[in-house]
Amino acid sequence: MNAFAGSIDRPNSYIGRSVSRPNAKRLLEGRGRYVTDLVLPRMLHAAFVRSPYAHGKIVSIDIEEAKALSGVRAVFTGEDLASICAPWTGTLEHFTNMKSPPQVPLPLEKVMWSGQPVVLIVADSRAIAEDAAELVIVDIEELPALADPVEAMSAAAISNEFADNICFATTLDSGGVEEAFGVADTTVEQSFIFGRHTAVTLEPRAIVADYDPSENRLTAHHATQTPYQFQDVYSRHYGIPEANVRVIAPDIGGSFGMKLHVYHEEMAVVGASILLGRPIKYVADRMESFVSDIHARDHRVTGRLALDREGRITAMDVDDVTAIGAFSSYPRTSAVEGNQVIRLMGAPYDFSSYRANLSVVFQNKVQTSQYRAVGHPIACAVTECLVDAAARELGLDPFEIRERNLIPDNSYPRTSPTGYQFEKLSHEVCLARLKSIMNYDALRAEQAGLREKGILRGIGIALFVEITNPSPAFYGVGGARISAQDGAILKLTPSGEVHCSISVTEQGQGTETIIGQIVADQLGIDREKVRVMTGDTDTTPHGGATWACRGAGIGGETALQAARKLKANLLAVAGLILQAQQGELDIRADWIVEAVTGRQRLSLAEVARIAFFRSDTLPPGTQAQLSVVHHYAPQGYPFAFTNGAQGCLVEVDAETGFVKILKHWVVEDCGRIINPLLVDEQVRGGVVQGLGAAFFEECLYNEDGQLTNGSLADYLVPMACEMPDIEISHVETPTRDTELGAKGCGEAGTAAASAAAMNAVNDALVGHGAVLTQIPMTPTRILRALGTI
Amino acid sequence: MSGKVAISLAVNGETIEALVAPRTTLADFLRQDIQLTGTHTGCEMGVCGACLVLLDDRPVHACLMFAVQADGCAVETVEGLTLRRAIDDLQKVFHERNALQCGFCTPGMLVSAYGILASGDEPDRDGIRDALSGNYCRCTGYESIVDAIETTARQRRQHRAEEKA
Repeated sequence: MNAFAGSIDRPNSYIGRSVSRPNAKRLLEGRGRYVTDLVLPRMLHAAFVRSPYAHGKIVSIDIEEAKALSGVRAVFTGEDLASICAPWTGTLEHFTNMKSPPQVPLPLEKVMWSGQPVVLIVADSRAIAEDAAELVIVDIEELPALADPVEAMSAAAISNEFADNICFATTLDSGGVEEAFGVADTTVEQSFIFGRHTAVTLEPRAIVADYDPSENRLTAHHATQTPYQFQDVYSRHYGIPEANVRVIAPDIGGSFGMKLHVYHEEMAVVGASILLGRPIKYVADRMESFVSDIHARDHRVTGRLALDREGRITAMDVDDVTAIGAFSSYPRTSAVEGNQVIRLMGAPYDFSSYRANLSVVFQNKVQTSQYRAVGHPIACAVTECLVDAAARELGLDPFEIRERNLIPDNSYPRTSPTGYQFEKLSHEVCLARLKSIMNYDALRAEQAGLREKGILRGIGIALFVEITNPSPAFYGVGGARISAQDGAILKLTPSGEVHCSISVTEQGQGTETIIGQIVADQLGIDREKVRVMTGDTDTTPHGGATWACRGAGIGGETALQAARKLKANLLAVAGLILQAQQGELDIRADWIVEAVTGRQRLSLAEVARIAFFRSDTLPPGTQAQLSVVHHYAPQGYPFAFTNGAQGCLVEVDAETGFVKILKHWVVEDCGRIINPLLVDEQVRGGVVQGLGAAFFEECLYNEDGQLTNGSLADYLVPMACEMPDIEISHVETPTRDTELGAKGCGEAGTAAASAAAMNAVNDALVGHGAVLTQIPMTPTRILRALGTI
Repeated sequence: MSGKVAISLAVNGETIEALVAPRTTLADFLRQDIQLTGTHTGCEMGVCGACLVLLDDRPVHACLMFAVQADGCAVETVEGLTLRRAIDDLQKVFHERNALQCGFCTPGMLVSAYGILASGDEPDRDGIRDALSGNYCRCTGYESIVDAIETTARQRRQHRAEEKA
């Protein structure tokens, strides 16, 4: 039940207020402390020798010359680390018949992708380690590389353990699809290619592993979103008691999902620290990031829509083949993306006949796995492009066809044909708002006028549904030791301030800020008196941390409930001091006040002073509880779905194929908004990652499985001069599963930006016989679609 | 690699005498030898802008220079600009506008912004976006950064106008 009713006008009403981030000041002064910056006494540096081949058999490895180089302290190969590290396998039990080969830090027999780390050098400096890496001779017998996803469906298995390359396959069928297509007045079908792209966090992956043999204690300073997950992984795979493993995630230079997966390099460096008893630092350089960070997407999708004569969707039929590299990633697997693709298809629309095939296949490339908006951009682009294709076929305006088909706002709760339970969404309001803020009719008029002058403007829109606040239904039910709950410790200081340590983590999105807002708001104290700490498994309770848009919704509710608990304790002590009855007192602006009149009775600092230093003056038997621990696990709906709509305005130069993105709009409903400033910037950042995928970003491979653009000069990321201003509007439909009512917003921008962009480009090209169904929409692809080249 | 070279340079106003390997970049020298970790490395090929510092008051990529090339020069990093309060206004507006998330690009952004605004011109939004074409930010989507630089430029012009009056 959603009993929260914060008034923005009362003192300390921080929920719903745009406030800046206290922890951003150090970053602005160059005082950030990233793992990349960390230096420890006797610290050594790691570098890796990597496979030059996408697939091959290791014949021999000669490390003698490297070991002899001055400053080299150790050289490790597969056996050295496999002997102390239990292998890991990236499967989830609720994905029936899913399989993946076991993984070890460094390969024992075969290399499976170009760039796979094979030998680890540990030396006094990174430069010496790299010098030594050049002296290692790895003899590999090259095997044919399997690069193409569709070929992988029938090609010989690349893993010795298996008979085929199918990691996971599943079918959804609500029934009635064939019948609906049989009687449809209109059907549309398109085939899509979504290339690989990657996170390109500005700070690459980084770890300093520091093993102390005297206490059998591992401290890993690890640039990750999920310190608790890595505490569990290092403990279980290296056989160290969990309480002896400390993972510290300090300032993180971007993550977007990429830094929550287990990587071979980090596992190898932890193992090397255990073997050497010294701290070892590894920071990926940019070339290494491109060949070893997880990639995202890589889907071949065919989709069909059936519609009746009024333009109402009656059925959808989808086939998705997605290639994930040689192994499914651990511990979240590489099948979640595909699973979400087929379950989010058609999500905004009101139809009941749905069928989907999903094939997740292995290939000789680096792993793909969860990256911002897992699966959403694919499902959204396929759905929204098909809806636009149908609109063109039927002569309907893109807004009109969506108005006819979206799930009405008054028809919740309901379950989608793919099994998702929607508590309450707001498609009608969002679509109408989008039309209004775009000034759509004027844009269409302007477009028509410019078209007469030969200028091709395109307007595209897309509706989306986003998965947030995941319950254990996401990972826990599949056997993964990934928590869906969070925990917080709130401590009153003797000066009457509050210290909060909480298990959700910070990567710059503002986690610590919103937690501070919620705690201060609920306690009735000044925000500057709340200090929030995150990212250290020794000092915070175990929790899920930050991923899948759960920080505000689950972490925020944890903080809210913890703050109410502490407040009750403080009022109880104050009640004893003031001899007041329960309910007579409240806390406002750092003071214990009379609840009805607001009259100040006692400062919180004074309550703290008495409780900490003069407990002798309290009634006998009083034990003031000045710290609280509180855990919260989501209950009710398995996920809190959000929704929204995006619009994109582009200008296409038909002679060069270049596209200028002129403007982008987002209407977004993430429930209760805690900090509008931060929500807006999450949405903008997300949109730009979606536009990057739409126009620029692609990991290009040749047929031998070699990445051919693995540098920041060759791989195009969106830059300031290419990006538009982005206008944002909010609708607030709080979830009633929590007091706070917040849902997630971090992936909403990415979810639909590429879909809106595809529809905008295709709108610009109407009448030119060109329809783009592949992203990124590069100038070459646009000119090919136009038949120019 | 043997054969270290003696260099002398001013970093953030302090004279630094050091022996450096010829292959050490200015970025690595600043970060590792003198522990000024505000300067970041994101690509080590002069593309991302995270390593921008001022060399004799001009923004340069510290990853594209060897430390020995900075011998006799004046280098200033985000820490130095902060210390002499040369970017107080930029930092304040960046903070208020939330023109940063993870903060890894931020020192380079501030050095670029310092350079953009150094001439006293008041560039328009497109001009600011063009001038930031060598600064990669993965988090913000850039708009807030453009807003912050635009606001600072306007504030500085108003400030100059007030001083004249």
